[in-house]
Amino acid sequence: MKLSRLSAPALLLFPAFLVLAAVVVVPLALSFYSSFTPFRLTKPESLYVFIGLRNYFTVFSSWDFWVAFGRTVLFLTIALNAEMLLGLGLALLVSKAVHGQRLLRTMMMFPMMFSPVLVGFQFKFLFNDNIGLINNGLQSLGLTDQAIPWLINGNLALFSITVAEVWSSTSVFAILILAGLLAMPRDPIEAAHVDGCTPLQTFRYVTWPYLMPFAFIAMTIRSLDVARAYDIVKIMTDGGPAKRTELLWTLVGRTAYGDARMGLANAMAYFAIVLSILFTVYFFRKLAAARQQIGAEW
Amino acid sequence: MAPVSLKKLVKRYGALEVVHGIDLEVKDREFIALVGPSGCGKSTTLRMIAGLEEVSGGTIEIGDNVVNDLPPRARNISMVFQSYALYPHMTVGENMGFSLKIAGRPADEIKEKVADAAAILDLSHLLERRPSQLSGGQRQRVAMGRAIVRRPDVFLFDEPLSNLDAKLRTQVRTEIKKLHARMQATMIYVTHDQVEAMTLSDRIVIMRDGHIEQIGTPEEVFNRPLTKFVAGFIGSPPMNMDDVTVDDGKLVFATGATLPIPPKFRQSLTTGQKVTFGLRPDDLYPSGHGLNSGDAEAVAELDLPVSITEPLGNETLVFVGFNGRDWVSRMLNPRPLPSGMNIKMSFDLSQAHLFDLTTGKSLAA
Ligand SMILES: Nc1ncnc2c1ncn2[C@@H]1O[C@H](COP(=O)(O)OP(=O)(O)O)[C@@H](O)[C@H]1O
Ligand SMILES: [Mg+2]
Repeated sequence: MKLSRLSAPALLLFPAFLVLAAVVVVPLALSFYSSFTPFRLTKPESLYVFIGLRNYFTVFSSWDFWVAFGRTVLFLTIALNAEMLLGLGLALLVSKAVHGQRLLRTMMMFPMMFSPVLVGFQFKFLFNDNIGLINNGLQSLGLTDQAIPWLINGNLALFSITVAEVWSSTSVFAILILAGLLAMPRDPIEAAHVDGCTPLQTFRYVTWPYLMPFAFIAMTIRSLDVARAYDIVKIMTDGGPAKRTELLWTLVGRTAYGDARMGLANAMAYFAIVLSILFTVYFFRKLAAARQQIGAEW
Repeated sequence: MAPVSLKKLVKRYGALEVVHGIDLEVKDREFIALVGPSGCGKSTTLRMIAGLEEVSGGTIEIGDNVVNDLPPRARNISMVFQSYALYPHMTVGENMGFSLKIAGRPADEIKEKVADAAAILDLSHLLERRPSQLSGGQRQRVAMGRAIVRRPDVFLFDEPLSNLDAKLRTQVRTEIKKLHARMQATMIYVTHDQVEAMTLSDRIVIMRDGHIEQIGTPEEVFNRPLTKFVAGFIGSPPMNMDDVTVDDGKLVFATGATLPIPPKFRQSLTTGQKVTFGLRPDDLYPSGHGLNSGDAEAVAELDLPVSITEPLGNETLVFVGFNGRDWVSRMLNPRPLPSGMNIKMSFDLSQAHLFDLTTGKSLAA
């Protein structure tokens, strides 16, 4: 037999390679290939028609695509910045807690324990214009007597989705930044106090440079998460109203399963992946620079 | 330039009191060392002066102001930390100029002052480096540079030399002493190393378990220790001490060995009294090899066996068996002594110390 001529390590690793190939490599290669075909789920034989880069040209010349693309970038920029600020604030508060810090740390992780789909449903309910908690609260407080169409008005819907996304992912930042705060040596902070810094200056000149790498780690992780913007949007608005909240991944999903145009959808998806990788590389660079700045030994 | 005054200063962590109401007057431009074993509250005291630790009771005054409730930045102090506490993301120059930058001084003034300090500390060629690219000794000097750049009223040092190797430590010690002469500022220096305290300071504060045992010049605490603790802590090698009973003009040791009562205590001791007898290695020497205190009357001689010797070149530490253990003696103009040999030892009793057995207080008037 041929197999037995392989060395023992190769033989032992073989099953793992096999599984990996079956679940990762083959689908990846297949989807990549299919982005060069007019493959439709309803016409299986179209998988064997090679059309070169035509799908990519279609994507790049599609107005809908670029709008979704721009909206995704906007959405991420707002969401990541908000998450970072809120996460930083939370981490600073929790790090100051004298009692019950463990409990607070655990509570801080709650949002990460929920499936994004559930988060989507929850916020869909909260923002519902008739029965939602938010309109109800605003009206009870007498701040408005109207039913604000949170998920129906295009801009408000994008805002609502951002809120849900921020709620579910702020803890990534909070936890990583808190880790940085807890690992940070006390001495330079005390030195800064003696050197004349107000608490704000201490934060600006000493604490923040130290925390920056941790913030960039969170950014890197979140930039890989770009694809996850799918579930919450899918549930809350499904890209509506009238495509006003269409993001890259809902567009890809709709093209693939709604219109059954698999080949085209894969072309979009690969473009989005490249984008995501670029973001990751960018933040990784920033991370390396920030680490070097503080002379980190990790 | 400012005096520092501690009045009934107390520090509690929760129910645990670690500094028990200490009083200390540091004069303007004085160099004071707080010395004592690890955990006795030196750092806590220093950090209260710096404003990094809240005061639980009593007052701290710097100059004419009670500073209890002032934040560190309002106290015009500098502190050098044991870990150096440099800002890792700033260059050496930025580290040193940071306090001036925060104070809003113009850039060229900062540059000039940093350059001055760097010249004093021999750091001029390192100004562009980051702390992670420096050796321990260099980091230490940067920490000092950061402290001197702002010309504070009071310098605080918390064991600044303890992370350096022995050779560097003596070197930097000398630099600190020069710095004090140059800066003309009040300096409070915490250390657990009595040699550092002795060599550097105008006065030494010896602390123990959150109390002050004695305050005095190096000469005072060495020659006139007020307590058995101070006597044992100051001096290297430490003072030889053992408990004795007074009996008819003699001091009787546990093993039955006897010494005459030292002249200056003859009036005050009564038969049956139990005291601790102490004699420094300098005052116990092979006959003919010691400092001549001039009071030949007060020297007692005994034949004692040599157990080991530690030659140091200009002198030799000779350990002799007495009262069931080794007593250290300092032999000047040394000659080789074989172990086991019996030699004639001189006890210079004019220099002996006696302490109350229960209170540990010195019996010297
Ligand atoms: N944050 C703290 N909480 C509780 N106890 C402390 C704290 N800091 C110091 N201590 C205690 O106070 C005592 C004095 O500490 P410290 O001043 O650091 O001693 P040292 O003389 O070695 O500098 C020690 O017994 C130490 O355990
Ligand atoms: Mg200490």
